Amino acid sequence: MMSRINWHDFFIVGNPLILGSQIAILLTMIGVVAGVTYLKKWKWLWREWLTTVDHKRIGIMYILSGVLMFFRGGVDGLLMKAQTSRPELKFLDAQHYNEIFTTHGVIMILFAAMPLLIGIMNVVVPLQIGARDVAFPQLNALSFWLFFAGAMLFNISFVIGGSPDAGWTAYFPLAGKEFTPGIGNNYYAIALQIAGIGTLMTGINFVVTVLKMRTKGMGLMKMPMFTWTSFIASVIIVSAFPIFTVALALMTFDRIFGTHFFTLSAGGMDMMWVNLFWLWGHPEVYIVVLPAFGMFSEIISTFSHKQLFGYKSMVFSIVGIAALSMLVWVHHFFTMGSGPAVNSVFSITTMMIAIPTGVKMFNWLFTMRKGRIQFTTAMLWALAFVPCFIIGGVTGVMLAMGAADYQYHNTLFLVAHFHYVLIPGVVFAVFGALYYWWPKMFGHMLNEKLGKIHFWLFVIGFNVTFMPMFFLGLDGAVRRAYTFSAESGFAPLFLVSAIGAVILAAGFAVLCYNIYWSARYADRNISNDPWDARTLEWATSSPVQFYNFAKQPEVKSIDAFWYMKKHNEGLTLKEEEIEEIHMPSNSGLPFYMGVIFGIAGFLLVFEWKIAALVATVGILAGLIVRSFDYNDGFHVKVDEIKQIEKAWRGKDKGVNNHVS
Amino acid sequence: MSANVNTALPLEYQTEQNRMNILGFWIFLGAEIILFGTLFATFSVLNARYAGGPTPHDLFEIKGVMIETILLLTSSFTMGLAIFEMRRSNRNGLILWFVITLLLGAGFVFFEVTEFIHYVHEGATWTTSAFLSSFFVLLGTHGLHVSMGIGWATMVIIQLLRRGLTPVTARKTFIIGLYWHFLDVVWIFIFTFVYLARMVA
Amino acid sequence: MAKNTKGFPLTHVLGFIASLVLTFVALFVALKTSLSFKTIIWVIGSLAVIQAALQLFMFMHLNEGEDGKSNIINIASGVFIAFVAVAGSIWVMSFGM
Repeated sequence: MMSRINWHDFFIVGNPLILGSQIAILLTMIGVVAGVTYLKKWKWLWREWLTTVDHKRIGIMYILSGVLMFFRGGVDGLLMKAQTSRPELKFLDAQHYNEIFTTHGVIMILFAAMPLLIGIMNVVVPLQIGARDVAFPQLNALSFWLFFAGAMLFNISFVIGGSPDAGWTAYFPLAGKEFTPGIGNNYYAIALQIAGIGTLMTGINFVVTVLKMRTKGMGLMKMPMFTWTSFIASVIIVSAFPIFTVALALMTFDRIFGTHFFTLSAGGMDMMWVNLFWLWGHPEVYIVVLPAFGMFSEIISTFSHKQLFGYKSMVFSIVGIAALSMLVWVHHFFTMGSGPAVNSVFSITTMMIAIPTGVKMFNWLFTMRKGRIQFTTAMLWALAFVPCFIIGGVTGVMLAMGAADYQYHNTLFLVAHFHYVLIPGVVFAVFGALYYWWPKMFGHMLNEKLGKIHFWLFVIGFNVTFMPMFFLGLDGAVRRAYTFSAESGFAPLFLVSAIGAVILAAGFAVLCYNIYWSARYADRNISNDPWDARTLEWATSSPVQFYNFAKQPEVKSIDAFWYMKKHNEGLTLKEEEIEEIHMPSNSGLPFYMGVIFGIAGFLLVFEWKIAALVATVGILAGLIVRSFDYNDGFHVKVDEIKQIEKAWRGKDKGVNNHVS
Repeated sequence: MSANVNTALPLEYQTEQNRMNILGFWIFLGAEIILFGTLFATFSVLNARYAGGPTPHDLFEIKGVMIETILLLTSSFTMGLAIFEMRRSNRNGLILWFVITLLLGAGFVFFEVTEFIHYVHEGATWTTSAFLSSFFVLLGTHGLHVSMGIGWATMVIIQLLRRGLTPVTARKTFIIGLYWHFLDVVWIFIFTFVYLARMVA
Repeated sequence: MAKNTKGFPLTHVLGFIASLVLTFVALFVALKTSLSFKTIIWVIGSLAVIQAALQLFMFMHLNEGEDGKSNIINIASGVFIAFVAVAGSIWVMSFGM
């Protein structure tokens, strides 16, 4: 049965921007293939990256993907700002604007923020607990390739078949077949489903890793705060993502198989989509913000040269936030008619979340108090986070009041609120984390001078972009509107906001330049501990040896590495202490699964159900191969370990070309 | 990974990696509880929306439901016996009860598929109404889990035959045992809230 | 837990019999009594929860092993969230639709 696909729309034509993108994508793909072939790097690529199960490599692939996706999402944002910079511009028509704000939201949250955070978690958490990898290395690789397949599938939508256009929240009935008959929203349902499966597996992986693989002496209450937040975020992932799995599946059934979960006819309830989406969607924002809070905890304590204040209350706050995060979801749709009783209960639970968040904020401030503050780029991000996030937080409390929300809902006030929590909360944290952990990942540091330029441009640009939107919203400007009239009086603030976006973009460009400049010129002769830091990941070489630790450290206190330095314990390695290390083997199966899921997903997007079923057999085949795989890894010989350890432990500790 | 082997424990718990796999699977089951919970939530909200089409009273028959329930419950019991035999290092007893479990499970799937085909012939498909969409997806998800479990168990049996009872094969058997028991736990709620509740006299 | 040396799977047999009993009692209450609908739902619902807990402990040995406590916390939180999803959805969706 052929679907209702309009073959005319298979390749999107007629729009110069899209045509330009199609050509650019094609050229880039050809360029990459040509480049790798010319440099004869296919074997290397396969062996070192495509089949790796090393958490550090997987983390770097996540981070790279996240940065690229952040660029794409950012371009979406710039296009939106360009279109709304002046009243009644015709730069983008309504349909294209709808597609752009949809892809902007989906990409920024699911394909930029999530991989950046999960990538950093991947690199850092096993090191912080003194482990040699995660609990399930091959599953970890599978998680990455499923994310990648989902991301690629989503990204080709605007050149093949059409992008989803019903918002990142894909509300029914608009997102259903009756009102959006094209296949754009099929991409939404299927690409996010594939990526979501990968995320769920990551959640399981990190819960087991943290529970079972901590090194000797590291009880739960001695773990670094970033590990705690990553652990709790993983618990939320395991709790919330199954809900999204079901919601997306029901959306797929409604759109492709004619069921009636969320349709207007035959008894469907469109509001049920909203309910299920936010049951997942609210915990999702805590999945992104908690690891970010953990990054700030590490950065603030390291660069205040002081132990994190209030460790116990930090842990209780994180657990409290996680528990409450599952109980607030209706605040996203106060205006949908659930009535005063429901709205009141959820207003109260929502406002309650501010309390543990406030506790954390005070603990960060008390950490800085009487500390010896070092104004590195990473620390600047943490410092800017405090006032900016507080603005986002208090406007959140305003929105939490159900009755008041009838005025704010779906205005630009709401949009400003969530950008004021997401950007200072998550993006600043990721930037800070990149500057902080870059030497550990790559063996050189990002340039501090460029870093500061990046910082100031980005923070100023961010505030200039989003502060006006609070006032626009209070004046009545609504979200997801492709234009506005001259009479509305919105024009001046929209223009200011658009200018801010250009400054933001400049800041991001400086980051990209910094990455390039540092890769080319930065000193490789750096210490394993360039920041004089406090936690165990710094007790390794920079970049880290592939087996992480020749001898797993024994932990005596919080800030285990600081303790080791203070008491000169455990820092030296004796030859007789070195034993063979058992490491997992590479595998091509995760990459294969990513490819086959991508193919099956693509076929299902186009509603070629039989073909998709055939591709599903390929997925089952992969599972069968995995079941019969008894490869138990390999052993690293003592001599090799000795060589590697000698190389990094004897180095000069000076740092050159690290411009402050 | 050091050899954190404790031979005082049952075979499937003996190595550190085994213990991690088992814990990981329990966590996966926690996620599955929430997955099925969401399907139940959807069914609860939509289950009285018949759109003028067939209702539970028109369709459900207690006899078939009881057969399915007894088959699945018994299969969960025989799976428990299989694991019991495994812990007595009795490979043949393990495989015998394992195969009986799968036969009972296949019987469950057969009756369920027959039930669904019957409904379709009565004009009740998953595109008929919200009630039927949510019914078929909840039951279908469970049935698909059982079917995939049969496939997975078959692979484990092959590995048991080829390699005998080792810590790894014991762990794999234990994990699919957990999976199988879990599917019967889910069925308890399907039996109660989908069928019984809608067939109250 | 110790490896099994005794020859009879007592917990399993007891669990099986108890499950059968609970199943048939629920069947009887639902189809053969004339209690109010609400009462029936509460009774069979409770029987379901009891049978599920029984199977979790007697068939699946929920509290077994060095991770027994983690398992219980994990399953309990899963059950709690599933309950929030079901009850919350019913409540939130019950107005004016």
